[in-house]
Amino acid sequence: MTLSLTDSTWYPIASSDDLPFRHVYQGQLLGRELAVWRADDGNVNVWENRCLHRGVRLSIGINEGGELKCQYHGWRYANRSAGCTYIPAHPADAPARRIQNRTYPVREAFGLIWSAANDDQPFQPFPGAETGEWFPLRPIPVNAAPEDVLAGLVTLAPDDQPADILPGLAVRLGAAHYFVQPVDSNRAVIRGLLQGQPEDAVTTLRSYNETLTKLRDRLERAARKKPAPEPLQPSFEQVSVDLATMPDIAIPRGNTITVVVKRKWASADGIIGFELAPREGHLPTFQPGAHIDVHLPNGLIRQYSITNGPGELLSYIIGVKAESAGKGGSKILVESVREGDLLSISEPRNNFPLRRDAVRTVLIAAGIGITPLLSMARFLDKSSLPYELHYFTRLGEHIAFRPELEALHGKVQFHTGLARPEIAQTISQTLGEWSHAQHVYVCGPSALLESVRVTAATQGWPEESIHFEYFKNDKVIDDSSSFEVELARSAMTLQVPAGKTILEVMREAGLQVPSSCEQGACGTCLTGVIEGECDHQDVYLNDTEKRANTAILTCVSRAKSARLVLDI
Amino acid sequence: MRRTMPPNFPIPLHAPNRYSPPMTTPDPLTLNSWQVIAALDELPPGLVERTILLDTPLAMTRDRDGLPVVWRRTDEETGDEIDPETIFDRLPVTTGYGFVWTSLGTPPTDLFPIPEYAEPDRVNMSCGSIGIHVSAPRAVENFLDMGHFPYVHTDILGAEPHTEVKEYDVEVSEERDEVLATRCRFFQPRAALSATDGMEVEYVYRVPHPYCSVLYKSSPEAPERRDVIAIFLQPVSEERCRAHLLQSMIDSTSTITELRRFQQTIFGQDKPILENQYPKRLPLDPRSETPIRADKSAIAYRRWLSQKGVNYGVIPVAS
Repeated sequence: MTLSLTDSTWYPIASSDDLPFRHVYQGQLLGRELAVWRADDGNVNVWENRCLHRGVRLSIGINEGGELKCQYHGWRYANRSAGCTYIPAHPADAPARRIQNRTYPVREAFGLIWSAANDDQPFQPFPGAETGEWFPLRPIPVNAAPEDVLAGLVTLAPDDQPADILPGLAVRLGAAHYFVQPVDSNRAVIRGLLQGQPEDAVTTLRSYNETLTKLRDRLERAARKKPAPEPLQPSFEQVSVDLATMPDIAIPRGNTITVVVKRKWASADGIIGFELAPREGHLPTFQPGAHIDVHLPNGLIRQYSITNGPGELLSYIIGVKAESAGKGGSKILVESVREGDLLSISEPRNNFPLRRDAVRTVLIAAGIGITPLLSMARFLDKSSLPYELHYFTRLGEHIAFRPELEALHGKVQFHTGLARPEIAQTISQTLGEWSHAQHVYVCGPSALLESVRVTAATQGWPEESIHFEYFKNDKVIDDSSSFEVELARSAMTLQVPAGKTILEVMREAGLQVPSSCEQGACGTCLTGVIEGECDHQDVYLNDTEKRANTAILTCVSRAKSARLVLDI
Repeated sequence: MRRTMPPNFPIPLHAPNRYSPPMTTPDPLTLNSWQVIAALDELPPGLVERTILLDTPLAMTRDRDGLPVVWRRTDEETGDEIDPETIFDRLPVTTGYGFVWTSLGTPPTDLFPIPEYAEPDRVNMSCGSIGIHVSAPRAVENFLDMGHFPYVHTDILGAEPHTEVKEYDVEVSEERDEVLATRCRFFQPRAALSATDGMEVEYVYRVPHPYCSVLYKSSPEAPERRDVIAIFLQPVSEERCRAHLLQSMIDSTSTITELRRFQQTIFGQDKPILENQYPKRLPLDPRSETPIRADKSAIAYRRWLSQKGVNYGVIPVAS
């Protein structure tokens, strides 16, 4: 048998004991190095041992519990997805979501961590595995070809009890199962399992160690006499073209995910929590401050912030306000969507990125505005970064996600039932005078937003230190310009006069163009820009995406140049 | 804050009967360039010193006039007494910036210029030569990089949470054939010993040679002038190099030992990171790693190496 890089057999690559709290273990399989780490939620990650940025081993990185942090430039990768959530060199930008490390399949079973080079085969335990309790032996590394190591193990069988060769470089010898972990063409690790818990564990381990060490010496002596085989040459996958070129702004469009409403509960008076889970696997990487579009049964699209902490990708938890006004999409979610129902959501987008380079971070929320800030607080909490969270509500029973907020370690203050002047005074005291590397994030009703912005500005906070997010486009659209649009794929040139949107002009010309909110908030009408300078007036694209000038929302945005060439 | 180490067992990275990959023949530019091999004042007159350049074993000494003599080593050992007059088959040699440079081909007349070195009031010193198990271009790229300051040079050149790399300018100067990065600014929590508040420092980087880089930073003593720190990498093999460090400072107070120790501390912090970089050769294909805006200088450097056809210590773009 020759080893192959594409061998899809599951092999043990570590003992469960190799993954103590917040450690990163360096594993190896078929010539590849692996970074193996357990997140605080118990999930074991097996990743290519290489930061996508500059190739530094992630096994020397720091396990922060929900994210792995590279030692070289501090890039953070999320538990489960291995998606990059933060690039400290550009703290104000949300990284492209498709920066994602290579992951390998993983299973923890019988005291061992199992993995495979690809997921062509489902995990299948060895025959008889499910029948009992297993006791892992100490792993023995051997500098010899894996197939020679297997052959050596077979020779340990007594004459009257021949070895039982199992699929995938494994063998059963009486009470012991041995698995050969193929590290490389010339290196292997023997991992053994004994059935049941031995009475005297230390003596048992010692006895097996002795036998296996003798075998190792014999195998290594023989291997030294042979010519060294060429090591396996795993190749590193290339990153995508748009990640490799400098303006790496890729704006997602239209990809939806079907999720199940796993739980629906009253988180506070008037605020309903929804837990949305994928039908299988995990959800995509998100960053603190990110939101998803929820496609509602009545065809509307609404945005909700993700409240989760780092690396929590088994479900997204959102909060929905049961609006008494009855207008808008929340009503249908609150009234007719039940546990077990399916919903379509978009991939997460982040127009409210959290800088993690502040010496002081102030989070100010009111009402339902707590949702993105809860996520931010959880990220800061896990990384032990200083922050304070101020949550304004009219009544104590209006405090949403109270248990989740009380579980945080930072300074969390509830301000209940304050009158407007008192709120203003609290904000003013909380903010204080600005000094270097202080940032404030605010989410809530527009009155609160305005109050924080004005107070911060008068107390010396520069504009770039005040962060907020729009879900509705409250800006007055300036539609006074007139320009020409060339539709590259439709081979059409149209005149957009003042007072009309690009979208309207395209529809009048007979084009079918999708749209939803028509106020520059939902992103449905997003169109690629080939040439010309955009006059962005939407709240969907973030500043980086706007600067990139590669896409436009045709429902509100216009052209600064005389001509715009669109990819439609 | 470091994690505790678990009871791992060590897996040796290489089996004893190690497989040797085929060697690359260096490209003409690399062969015909001057390459650094030693600090001049560490080379003892009349005694043999050994080194390796581009997989080629070399021997060297200094003659009676103090000038270096370099030749391809056969059986000479370090510390052997030797009469330089008996060495006939010599390699080209020059001295510059306190170091010995040689070439396996036909080198140009002059080394790249560092005019500041000749200014009379500067303290010029070599800060030692440190072996690193990584290719020379990877080490150059690390020298150009500011993003790692808070993580690798914590509390010296940077500190969390101040991690932002601001926009800077990069150009490849056609006239001087070098990569030039200007307006590089980084927040340093304690840029000078006397400072209590952090301040932004400004750097200029030059890459005048595929394996050498020069850094300029404003001098605390004379703000209108700039301290110069240069790194000259000796490509030992494709995956190993020796870093030779030069400082040319305007500093009338610190001792040479203090200044050397500072650079060695910085470099000692870079070494373990560099040795954990994979692949060890610098990949020139833009799709092999993920650059960000902060890496503009590295992108320009990789492109410049590609255009020059440098093939040693790099993984060229597949054609």
